[in-house]
Amino acid sequence: MDGVFETFKARAEAVNAEVHHFPQKSEALAFILTYLNDTGVRDVPQAYAVWASCPFLDGLDQRQISVSLPGLTFDVNRESSAQAKVGISELDWAIANTGTLVQDASSIDKRLVSTLPLIHIALVRSDRLVPDLPSALSKIRPEQTNYISFITGPSRTADIERVLTIGVHGPEKLIIVFFDRPGSVN
Amino acid sequence: METKFRESIVKAVHNPNLTGALGRFSEAYRISRTKAYEDYDFEALRTQIAERKSYAASHLDELADLFTKNAEARGTKVFRTNDPAKVREYILNLARANGVKSIVKSKSMASEEIHLNKHLEVAGIDVGETDLGEWIIQLAGQTPSHMVMPAIHMTKEEVATVFNEQVEEGQKPDIPKLVKFAREKLRTKFLCAEMGITGANIAVAETGTLVIVTNEGNARLVTTLPKIHVAIVGLEKLMEKFDDVVPVLTALPKSATAQLMTSYVSMISGPVPNTDGTPKQLHVILMDNRRTEMSQDPKFKQAMQCIRCASCLNVCPVFRLVGGHVFGKIYTGGIGTILTAWFDALKASDDIQSLCIQCGNCTEVCPGKIDIPGLILELRRRIAVEKGQPLAQKAIFSVVNNRRLFHSMLRAAYVMQKPLQKGNFIRHLPFFLSDMTEFRSLPAIAEAPLRDTIKKIQQPACKEKIAFYAGCLIDFAYPEMGESLVKIMNKAGIEVVFPEGQTCCGAPARYSGAYEVAAQNATDNIKALLANDVSYVVSACPTCTVALKHEFISTFESLGQTDSLPCAQQLADKVIDFSSLVKKLVDEGRLKFKEGQQLGKITYHDSCHLKRSLHASQEPRQLLTQAGYEISEMYEADMCCGMGGSYSLKLPEISAPILERKLVNIKKTGAPIAVMDCPGCVMQIRGGLDKQNSTIKVEHTVQRLAEELE
Repeated sequence: MDGVFETFKARAEAVNAEVHHFPQKSEALAFILTYLNDTGVRDVPQAYAVWASCPFLDGLDQRQISVSLPGLTFDVNRESSAQAKVGISELDWAIANTGTLVQDASSIDKRLVSTLPLIHIALVRSDRLVPDLPSALSKIRPEQTNYISFITGPSRTADIERVLTIGVHGPEKLIIVFFDRPGSVN
Repeated sequence: METKFRESIVKAVHNPNLTGALGRFSEAYRISRTKAYEDYDFEALRTQIAERKSYAASHLDELADLFTKNAEARGTKVFRTNDPAKVREYILNLARANGVKSIVKSKSMASEEIHLNKHLEVAGIDVGETDLGEWIIQLAGQTPSHMVMPAIHMTKEEVATVFNEQVEEGQKPDIPKLVKFAREKLRTKFLCAEMGITGANIAVAETGTLVIVTNEGNARLVTTLPKIHVAIVGLEKLMEKFDDVVPVLTALPKSATAQLMTSYVSMISGPVPNTDGTPKQLHVILMDNRRTEMSQDPKFKQAMQCIRCASCLNVCPVFRLVGGHVFGKIYTGGIGTILTAWFDALKASDDIQSLCIQCGNCTEVCPGKIDIPGLILELRRRIAVEKGQPLAQKAIFSVVNNRRLFHSMLRAAYVMQKPLQKGNFIRHLPFFLSDMTEFRSLPAIAEAPLRDTIKKIQQPACKEKIAFYAGCLIDFAYPEMGESLVKIMNKAGIEVVFPEGQTCCGAPARYSGAYEVAAQNATDNIKALLANDVSYVVSACPTCTVALKHEFISTFESLGQTDSLPCAQQLADKVIDFSSLVKKLVDEGRLKFKEGQQLGKITYHDSCHLKRSLHASQEPRQLLTQAGYEISEMYEADMCCGMGGSYSLKLPEISAPILERKLVNIKKTGAPIAVMDCPGCVMQIRGGLDKQNSTIKVEHTVQRLAEELE
């Protein structure tokens, strides 16, 4: 990975996000499943994991994945998301110099899994990394997209005595997982 | 000034929680803001913001129409009104029509501006603020004290008490636990609410897009969970192009909270489906409430360039002492004073405009490039026009403008105080004047003013002549500063002329809103100072220098006296401050310092007008270093000393604690001498140190340099 990725990693970590990179999709998937298991995802309320429909899942057997990990569901709704510990979604762009992720979030599932659970795992294709805000804004089309989300680190507040506290209304943990597009050179 | 207002100031400056929290924050903010901008050209960025926002302000109507057209084409309902009552009515009707019982809100200053919550609550609707700070103050029954950090005035103990009393017993003053508690309690509200209300940080006309910036993630929930979303958008949020988002979104997080980017930014351009597949009801209320009128005002149009970052509050030496509540209920600090005058009423800003000490800190950080102190002066002028000038003030100015009378009166008052005098100070004044000497000693009034003593100096005949503009303090209290200046200029082969007709620079009148008096001062001074053929007009008082160089022109402009502008410009071209002139003469080899001197430690205080209006901060430091001093920089060297001309007389409650911080910072350097370029700062700082029996010597740069030049 190049300097742009290093910048992204440094900037995202500076705002309390975790950043990983896996060349293979299968490695990224294995990382996520291991993480879900380790973090105690189970088939009980408040311990679910919800995974919003995304291109990453194309060609993967969702049924088999959810069978292998009870508590993980691809059926995203208000209830399952509100009861979930982890939410997983794919984001469209990453901005290096601010450590920001950008997503067409018009589909409500994408917002439910990234707002309600305590932990948000964000998948991003490595070739979707751009250097700065202007280059990201030139990629998105507000005239065609009704809801665009920018996410930079986990939810935070400093409203009491200016003390930085992570995790208010949104996730308290943001784990960013880059994966390379099959066949791409990165 | 109302007694209640003065009491609120006294209460605030004596609240250690408030001043402690704000003081620490403002100190940390300055450093973290600088760091956030380290990879950016702030001047270029803010120029771009100012241009784009100014363009929008000039095309408000057109952009509002375009936004409406584009948003409605996507299925958004847009309602535009000038009337706050109609905004409240629209939302209440919408809530009733949809059977809404519970509303969640993310932070919206526009909704605070129109007291929306109260209106909805009276109608029986539950309204929950979800921004943590807003929720805390809502529970506590208070109003925001800061635009970005509404509850900055409260300690964790106070927050725990509010939670215990208003929500649930058993909360401890532990910040992470309090935050967690808020998350749990508000989560239920989010999931039940039928309507969500937000503000917006930008409204893009060409795409009909709202840009909403938050850190807590509450706006994402407010715009996602309820089936109705209402955004209340002040017209000043309109921008023409989607590209205009770049500069604002680049600056806002850095200026507001010193973040490179906030945790969340949502760009909403139309209704999105709910979980059941139905489309969300999206309503945008474009609220005018005098913004169009503001954009048509030649002076106040620039206030439309505000992006509501509140950095003007964070760097304000007064705000960090008194906090937001002294300013009123909604918008606070420098920009808040201006917005209150417009969105509430001019008279509502009468007291609060007097809080501005005119130090100019805010002009250096404002990402909208707004001349906040200048606009506050304009408010002061308009208030003075509306109310008329008080008789006592009129009498004072007529004395001030008569130089000989003014001096003899000051001198007489001073002689009467002689028994109370120690060395060169007046320690106490009787009765109502005693506030003036409570926290600092005042300088003695010189027996003879500079205008008389200067005639006795034998000056060599020189080819080059410059005119010296003394100003009140040097003329009457510190003639020795003027004498030092003559000595230095003579060494450079320059003769100093003292035009007799010079009078007050008009700053006291201007800063009191008495522009006609200031204009007369300007006219008299221009006539006197342009009478001789001189290469420069030099002043050793930065406030006077700014008056001569910039304010004569702006005073004439404010009053529409365009005939006077050419002469004012001719004078302005010749005016130079003392340190910049000496630096020039040293660089040209016309002045030389004594060789090989090692003079030890010295500390330098930047005077507000010299640094921020005349942009001279390196010149005096370089001169002192060249003389052989080792500069020991004090913390916040360019922070106001609290003098502010007559400010220290009008608001000693604020001036004294500002001075106290300055004195602490001076003492911490361990330097035996503190120098500065302003006789007003000398008066304030020397007087403050004298009161504390300090041995630190306080001098004007002119006096220090006169000793060290060949």
